[in-house]
Amino acid sequence: MIKIINIALIFSLGLTASLFAAGASKQHIEDFSFSFEGPFGTFDQNQLQRGLQVYTEVCSSCHGLEHVAFRTLGDPGGPMLEASQVKAYAKQFDIFDVDLDDTRPAIPSDKFPKSAIENAPDLSLMAKARAGFHGPYGLGINQIVKGMGGAEYIASLLIGYTGKEKEEAGAILYENTAFPGGWIAMPPPLEDGIVEYRDGHSNTAHHLSEDVSAFLMWTAEPKMMARKTMGFVAVILLSLLAFLLYLTNKKLWAPIKRKDYKT
Amino acid sequence: MAGIPHDEYEPKSNFEKWLDSRLPIAGVIYSTLTIPTPKNLNWMWIWGSLLTLCLLLQIVTGIVLAMHYTPHVDLAFASIEHIMRDVNGGWAIRYLHMNGASLFFIAVYAHIFRGLYYGSYKAPREVTWIIGMLIYLLMMATGFLGYVLPWGQMSFWGATVITGLFGAIPGIGESLQSWLLGGPAVDNATLNRFFSLHYLLPFLIAGLVILHIWAFHTTGNNNPTGVEVRRGSKAEAEKDTVPFFPYYVIKDVFALAVILVIFFILVGFMPNYLGHPDNYIPANPLVTPAHIVPEWYYLPFYAILRAFTADVWAVQLVSFLTGGIVDAKFFGVAAMFGAIFVMVLAPWLDTSSIRSGRYRPSFKWWFWLLGIDFVVLMWCGAMPAEGIYGVIALIGASYWFAYFLIILPLLGVLEKPLPVPETIEEDFDSHYPPKVEPAE
Repeated sequence: MIKIINIALIFSLGLTASLFAAGASKQHIEDFSFSFEGPFGTFDQNQLQRGLQVYTEVCSSCHGLEHVAFRTLGDPGGPMLEASQVKAYAKQFDIFDVDLDDTRPAIPSDKFPKSAIENAPDLSLMAKARAGFHGPYGLGINQIVKGMGGAEYIASLLIGYTGKEKEEAGAILYENTAFPGGWIAMPPPLEDGIVEYRDGHSNTAHHLSEDVSAFLMWTAEPKMMARKTMGFVAVILLSLLAFLLYLTNKKLWAPIKRKDYKT
Repeated sequence: MAGIPHDEYEPKSNFEKWLDSRLPIAGVIYSTLTIPTPKNLNWMWIWGSLLTLCLLLQIVTGIVLAMHYTPHVDLAFASIEHIMRDVNGGWAIRYLHMNGASLFFIAVYAHIFRGLYYGSYKAPREVTWIIGMLIYLLMMATGFLGYVLPWGQMSFWGATVITGLFGAIPGIGESLQSWLLGGPAVDNATLNRFFSLHYLLPFLIAGLVILHIWAFHTTGNNNPTGVEVRRGSKAEAEKDTVPFFPYYVIKDVFALAVILVIFFILVGFMPNYLGHPDNYIPANPLVTPAHIVPEWYYLPFYAILRAFTADVWAVQLVSFLTGGIVDAKFFGVAAMFGAIFVMVLAPWLDTSSIRSGRYRPSFKWWFWLLGIDFVVLMWCGAMPAEGIYGVIALIGASYWFAYFLIILPLLGVLEKPLPVPETIEEDFDSHYPPKVEPAE
């Protein structure tokens, strides 16, 4: 009984704990099935490379990735570009060098530039900063069952434009079904075929948004693959340890509990 | 240590004798590890060991994190990302530390509710209970200070809201608040002192943990029956107890391994589940998040804080009686701290002569209702403070106080307890009957 209570307590704490205060939001977030969802999920290297291309050709004109170093594009568990590709890729960005007091082409040890325009948020952590679909009733069920997270938010936002516009305080706002409040200052960035993939993958707006969202999940959580591996190693080893300790405990207590213990 | 009769340490080798006559530390360790422990403890008695491990985990991971962290408003957020991306294994250390805090609080709540159910707070263990409550308060402070360090949006706004609570104290509030913050608002001075204190408090907790263990090693452990170990002689005590080592050490380590499996599932596969996404947005004093929500472990008390709004009659009455000095905001703050203070008073509010809830038929119901109340309050704390949630939170908060201030004192008088076993041995034997010797 007590054991059941323990478990119930832990679970109820865990569930109620999901913090996102679920206001009455009418946001529509589509449930994409990304390759990295769930404990067994991994990043799709090709998808990350396509996403990088979308970021480079579309997003990067306004949005920065200030926490991401170019060299990490070659890291295991990421887009895994060749060393020469990383070098060539970095070169196309100009960054400000404090020592030179001037700008110069970036090298792999540099980080991506900051956002070019002030009200465009940095995208490094966007997929974790918008991970909040802790529904229903703030209980976080969707996040566990459907794996709904920040990547879904970004992808839904990119395809969530209805086409309606309005002017407010001198700025044009665009109606978007995923954005909280429904009106966003960012003009629709993607349209079918705006990026031509080198691998010939379908380039509808839906696919582009999915790929770039996967890429931004990687920029937010570049060590995800290593983390899941650690999780498996730890869970397997600790389970084994727990099993051995269970047997030890049982044998140890057998005389005290007057039980026969057969070895 | 005093208490239950047991074997004393006897130095054997010459070195042991030499050391023992100068510093009898081996004897202290021996008595601590071999303390006679009631042999009927159930699985709710594992949390203490787990809590000790949590403290150790948090200190070790925390010290490593501090090596790479920069306490400055312009650099703190980026230094966390540096830990997550560039420091070898930094992501693992940080996720362990983040989720370690949650494990710590799950364990402490289980530990506290265990104490509440089995009457562990009652005489002669009041001092153990009070030290425990001090540890819990320090844990809350440490957790809060630590949550501010990444300098994300929730860090900043959490710090603003929580330090604002002190500002609600009539008279001295505003000066106290700016003294705490080191300025008129949450800024670099705040971050620096929070970092300093976040590093200090765990060591104070460690000191209190030693006192906590010392205190209950003096009185002996409580147990599910609430019946004391017989202390007439060593032989008598041995019928009720087993030495802590190896029996409970192995049992606790087994439980620990099982809990760590669950913990690593959390750390490995959903490390941000218990956190708030907004904390991955750098702090911005000009943009207030839509909902400012504390970490899950504060939510029940946060709900109590917000429950007492200006339209509650009790608040209006107190406000009227004090000539408006106590307003709704201060009332809420007082209620929040009061909710913890009534727990501290539990040893004197509970009038029942029976210690364990197992033999108190009506108490059981009220106790489980308190458990549900705690979970409901936690949920209310995460919800926006409006509409139905406010009403639920007010009912929940009222029950919390009623449990300690009305129900516990009255139950002791009104309740007719069930028969309690004479000894721990009797309880144990009823579960594990002695073998009947075969007749000749």
